[in-house]
Amino acid sequence: MTLSRQIFDTVIVGGGGSGLRAALQLAEAGHNVAVFSKVFPTRSHTVAAQGGIGASLGNMQEDHWLWHMYDTIKGSDYLGDQDAIEYMCRKAAEVVYELEHFGMPFDRNPDGTIYQRPFGGHSQNFGERPVQRACAAADRTGHAMLHTLYQRNVRARCQFFVEWMALDLIRDYEGAVVGIVALEMETGDVMVFQSKATILATGGAGRIYQSSTNAFINTGDGLGMAARAGIPLEDMEFWQFHPTGVAGAGVLITEGVRGEGGILLNANGERFMERYAPNMKDLASRDVVSRAMDQEIKEGRGAGPEHDHVLLKLDHLGAEVINKRLPGIREIALKFAHVDPVREPIPVVPTCHYQMGGIPTNYYGQVVVPRGANPSEPVPGLYAIGECACVSVHGANRLGTNSLLDLLVFGKSAGDHVSEWLKTHPRHRDLPRNAAERSLERLARLDNSTSGERVTEVAADMRRTVQQHAGVFRTGTLLTEGVEKIREVGQRARSTAIGDKSRVFNTARIEALELENLAIVAEATLVSAQAREESRGAHAREDFKERDDKNWLKHSLWYLDGSRLDYKPVNLQPLTVESFEPKIRVY
Amino acid sequence: MEPAAREQERLRWRSRRGLLEMDLILQRFLDRHLATLSVQDTQAYDVLLDLPDNDFLDLVMGRAEPADDRLGPVLEKIRQS
Ligand SMILES: Cc1cc2nc3c(=O)[nH]c(=O)nc-3n(C[C@H](O)[C@H](O)[C@H](O)COP(=O)(O)OP(=O)(O)OC[C@H]3O[C@@H](n4cnc5c(N)ncnc54)[C@H](O)[C@@H]3O)c2cc1C
Repeated sequence: MTLSRQIFDTVIVGGGGSGLRAALQLAEAGHNVAVFSKVFPTRSHTVAAQGGIGASLGNMQEDHWLWHMYDTIKGSDYLGDQDAIEYMCRKAAEVVYELEHFGMPFDRNPDGTIYQRPFGGHSQNFGERPVQRACAAADRTGHAMLHTLYQRNVRARCQFFVEWMALDLIRDYEGAVVGIVALEMETGDVMVFQSKATILATGGAGRIYQSSTNAFINTGDGLGMAARAGIPLEDMEFWQFHPTGVAGAGVLITEGVRGEGGILLNANGERFMERYAPNMKDLASRDVVSRAMDQEIKEGRGAGPEHDHVLLKLDHLGAEVINKRLPGIREIALKFAHVDPVREPIPVVPTCHYQMGGIPTNYYGQVVVPRGANPSEPVPGLYAIGECACVSVHGANRLGTNSLLDLLVFGKSAGDHVSEWLKTHPRHRDLPRNAAERSLERLARLDNSTSGERVTEVAADMRRTVQQHAGVFRTGTLLTEGVEKIREVGQRARSTAIGDKSRVFNTARIEALELENLAIVAEATLVSAQAREESRGAHAREDFKERDDKNWLKHSLWYLDGSRLDYKPVNLQPLTVESFEPKIRVY
Repeated sequence: MEPAAREQERLRWRSRRGLLEMDLILQRFLDRHLATLSVQDTQAYDVLLDLPDNDFLDLVMGRAEPADDRLGPVLEKIRQS
């Protein structure tokens, strides 16, 4: 079967902050660019970001990119690559000022400079005291960023394919990426898009967890596409959790609630944080609280009929304090937990928030894979940026505000690198003969399915498995069981059936395809976590409580083929400054 | 499936949003009301879906009111969901 085909210089999969930033760089340089998005670009998940963009502008107190670099490396628990981190922190001011010139409505100081907020983990002079580094646009930073970049892309005549789902990468016989196969939702048509360069910017896969702050579209499609094309996924055991997401919903309850005196209780009504952190109690750091909560649940002291959450009690604060100092919390609790916190506690669980791992890249956004003696050989024609990529600036733990920064810096650098690439690679490479075979087979399976499990059932089992076995509290036994279970789920995800066979806006079909991608990410997560016998950043093992730099100062690489693991060294060598040697992390 | 069903599927997909809060609320609304929405309410819902996520959330949470009266009835159904 021959499919119709369109040809572009560059194809970008993803219209979130990173995809739009890269598109702009290319479109303004005069290249013809196609951006694909499952949803209207300004409804990408970047819209959820409120906190801000980190950059050492020094508008509030003295600041320096080197201090930002130190904070990022320390935050990463030394798993971040120091060349990429130096690159990001040095470029931060430039990309923020550019965004300002594009029309981003940043909050301002009375003197007209950009106002900067405080944010955890950011410090002056190598950890001496906190510094205000986050540039924000009220509580709509991500929203403002998307709108600013989108408008500018329209002006630069970037071409958008909205409500299209990319299915697979096309690689030729030499391994170069020569385009994608994509599905138009409105018609059900499948088409080949041939390109000289392809950029994946599909965002995170936080929906592999039962409890997640991520929107439903975050299904890791780019990771699935890369893995199916033989590209490994890096550091997938590292996921950042927030301690208090509403159980069953994932919506965040801000830390401020515990700041105002809210306390956590287990099923027996015990204030368990007194046991885990006698001094700080409920105000201990995010990872400590999350781990304690998860341990209470795993040891059978969870609340509710399924013993699967703990309780955040604030009724003792009284209606007046709740209404006055925690506006919005009552609203959220009523809407998403169906409880009134003035009278009842809110059921909460540690909730997946951010994916540190992803498709391995260098700081030009080029996707890199081990080949022979070289651990990082670029895949010709393929780039990845944003949350789907692992460059790796976040290492084992991301610092707040560094993700939006990552989108801007590496979106731009990938755009620039592609521009150079197009100069030296002016012609399209030929498409291989079976270019769309894999995608068509996946679609044919669903179209011909007469019996099989429902997508929602398999998806629910996957989320439960990942939550239970690769949550915050991890042990060898839990992980080993989890690996077995998730392999089974993976098989089931590839043999689902859908009742709706029509072509037009067939959401059942889209969800089945998304589930295949999620299942790949889930397996990568469990297998990588099971193998890593140490605790580092967000990966905390009960049976290996210490960081082990001798054996584990290295990146995991998981391959779909054979579910195999490989490793590559962490780059401890910055571009121009001296290396920050691993130290014990204390705050 | 007949055209009306396709139209419903289109609305279902457009109800995928960038904010988790909106995903959750709209999913509940669709499960309860999509099959029985009147023509007017369907049109009004389509208009609401074109709003930026944050503005839509403000309407749903009652922090803002719609400029156009015709959006009222369907918005009320979403708020109740
Ligand atoms: C509640 C919340 C608050 C946050 N706050 C902050 C903050 O204050 N500061 C900060 O730095 N970070 C924050 N983050 C993290 C940050 O928002 C994200 O990491 C970042 O926005 C991801 O951007 P992205 O460009 O990688 O992807 P996204 O914005 O997720 O965009 C992905 C794009 O890919 C498209 N896509 C996906 N799959 C396909 C496919 N198969 N075919 C076609 N298109 C596809 C989607 O349609 C979308 O356009 C927050 C995250 C959350 C959940």
